[in-house]
Amino acid sequence: MTRFQSTSPHRDESPIDLERIRQKFPNWFQRFLPSGGGSHEDHHGKGMFGFTVFLLSESIVFFSFFLTYAALRLNTPDWLPPGISGPEPTTFVMINTVILLSSSVVIQLAERALSRHHHSRFRGLWLLTSLMGTYFLIGQGIEWSNLNFGLRTGLVGATFYILTGFHGLHVVAGVILQVIMLLRSFDRNNYNHGHFGVSATTLFWHFVDIIWVILFSLLYLW
Amino acid sequence: MTHSSNNTAIDDSDRRSPDYPLPDWRQYLRFSQDHKVIGVQYMVTTFLFFLIGGLLAMLIRGELITPELNLVDRPLYNALFTLHGTVMIFLWIIPFNAGLANYLVPLMLGAKDMAFPLLNAIAFWIIPPAGILLMSSFFLPNGPAQTGWWSYPPISLQFPAGQPINGQLFWIVSLILLGISSIMGAVNFLTTIVWFRAPGMTFFRMPILVWSVLSAQLLQLINLPSLTGALILLMFDLSFGTNIFKPREGGDPILYQHLFWFYSHPAVYIMALPAFGIFAEVLPAFARNPLFGYRSLAIASLGIALVSIFVWAHHMFASATPDWMRIMFVVTSMLVAVPTGVKAFGWTATIWRGKLHLDTPMLFAMGGAAMFLFGGITGVMLASNSFDLHVNNTYFVVGHFHYIVFNTITMAIFAAIYFWFPKITGRMYTEGWGKLHFWLTFVGANLTFFPMHPLGLQGMVRRVASYPPEYQDWNVIASLGGFLLGVSILPFIANMIGSVLDGPRATNNPWEATGLEWTTTSPPPRENFAEIPQVIFPPYNYGNPRAYGEEPLTQTGEEVSNDENDE
Repeated sequence: MTRFQSTSPHRDESPIDLERIRQKFPNWFQRFLPSGGGSHEDHHGKGMFGFTVFLLSESIVFFSFFLTYAALRLNTPDWLPPGISGPEPTTFVMINTVILLSSSVVIQLAERALSRHHHSRFRGLWLLTSLMGTYFLIGQGIEWSNLNFGLRTGLVGATFYILTGFHGLHVVAGVILQVIMLLRSFDRNNYNHGHFGVSATTLFWHFVDIIWVILFSLLYLW
Repeated sequence: MTHSSNNTAIDDSDRRSPDYPLPDWRQYLRFSQDHKVIGVQYMVTTFLFFLIGGLLAMLIRGELITPELNLVDRPLYNALFTLHGTVMIFLWIIPFNAGLANYLVPLMLGAKDMAFPLLNAIAFWIIPPAGILLMSSFFLPNGPAQTGWWSYPPISLQFPAGQPINGQLFWIVSLILLGISSIMGAVNFLTTIVWFRAPGMTFFRMPILVWSVLSAQLLQLINLPSLTGALILLMFDLSFGTNIFKPREGGDPILYQHLFWFYSHPAVYIMALPAFGIFAEVLPAFARNPLFGYRSLAIASLGIALVSIFVWAHHMFASATPDWMRIMFVVTSMLVAVPTGVKAFGWTATIWRGKLHLDTPMLFAMGGAAMFLFGGITGVMLASNSFDLHVNNTYFVVGHFHYIVFNTITMAIFAAIYFWFPKITGRMYTEGWGKLHFWLTFVGANLTFFPMHPLGLQGMVRRVASYPPEYQDWNVIASLGGFLLGVSILPFIANMIGSVLDGPRATNNPWEATGLEWTTTSPPPRENFAEIPQVIFPPYNYGNPRAYGEEPLTQTGEEVSNDENDE
């Protein structure tokens, strides 16, 4: 009995003891894994579990777009219509990308500051993240207006604008979430008992960045 | 409103003398976050859509009773079968199962509520507007979508008149909304099942219904986003002039078929798995036998879900799919029959030498399980590529899937409604009306859907409003059976309304069934259980009277678990 003792009330007689497997992983990773059963009061735990599940599901919408893009591109002999250069990885686009990707580091530092109850440091880093996100969105708008093709310019136009547009909507959602969390932080009591909203926004922001890396490789580098 | 405060006062001594307050009907019209209220809201709303879908089906059968086109015109006929399919799948079976699971999963796990009550309520309240939006397309100048529930491009992009507001667009928006609702529900179910199990409720003590819901909701999470993606792209093609699915402009319509069936084949299992779970709950309770092969059935649920992710292209055998792909999908499609066979064997072995009580839930469960055998066998026939090409797009296919979606799944849904009716409403239904409902449904369903098989083998294609006169005999039988099905729902409605208003009060466990939901009052209080239960028995412990008898199932004493009993 003692050999299989675990902290969870769900000591499982089944061959798969999820809780025991889960506890073999480092702490930061454990919260993304299905627990052997959390308590009703663990809002952060159940919230992060549900949100991770949602993001995995959401990634499949993007995945279906990526597959559509790849299949169309591989099967179309003249991908670029005559006179169209297609999206190019210009310096402007590269700077935009670097800004978005490095904001992932900033938001992670912000979340860590909040965990250590450094509220003003958190607010500064958090505001910086949303400014970087806003910069990316404005840059994306400038990029859109400077391209020499539109939504209806063959398959290249349709896929480019739908993919970047759908990603852009997620960036907008992320920035809105960041603003909400920032406003909530001015009432100190909001984050006294955990900060699920901040952790979820951080995770969402990483998700948006990973999607951008794939999107950038497909649309600009291929 | 003092009702909820009354609810918390539970006295365990009145387990047999139910004077427990019944729910106030007005709470069902409000934005409630109680999973039980939301579950009932789901079930009643989707039943109304079931009636609408049934009415559309009877119009279709009315048209088909004669070979000529005489009841409706062709565009309306197209709209009828399109909306019939869409309503029955996306507004009846899938959300009804979500509603039933909403009511039962927290009770079965010994939880107070779902993991995210607010999300749960929002997920429900998306459904009525989405359904009304779909139905409102009847009032558009060009009528509703006419391209079947698949809406394959390029047909779905050729909607007449090129108006920006059209039935096809309404169809797409409605389905995207319903998909968002389903994803919200799926996140909620998964979190609830993983996090909210009561102490002692280990994974391998969960009822099979919970395993089925878990498997079905995993499929929603993995596969539904691909339909959403396809619909977004279709909407761009339809309304914003892109060419992704337009073959003439270099687009690829087959791509849509892949994305569509990657969701819509597993959708069949999203609908069927909860039905299998219902059989596994009802059959042991009325056969007084433990469920045969509990662990195999639990793992088979996940197995069906896993295999069904890789079978979608068997809907595309006639879509110029390359040979290697067809062979692959023939094999995977036939492989689904293995875990499904495990399930059917488990149900049969459960009632084998049991002490059968043929109450209405049992009749529906046995009828549904038996007809699933027929529908399953024609399914394996269709998985074979050569046979499938012979009956492609004929009534054989229509007959096959109606044996699954109506004769199996809808029968299971009726079994579930009768089985948990005492728990949900706190009153008993009238047994005689229930049996009448079963026999009318059973006869009507077979009269309607069996003739479709010979018709299909003789070559009658589906989705036509007129046909050669030599097909008429079977069509008349099918149409009369369809009208009988329409009649069969009347005793059900009368029984439900009459019993909710004036049925005799139900005890906590009228069927002497095992399972945590039967240990609380009927109907359960706001927080489900007086205190969080401690599970000490394996599931379906029908050999042990303490698991369903006077002694409560949940005790905190020094009990030794007797897991060995079910192995």
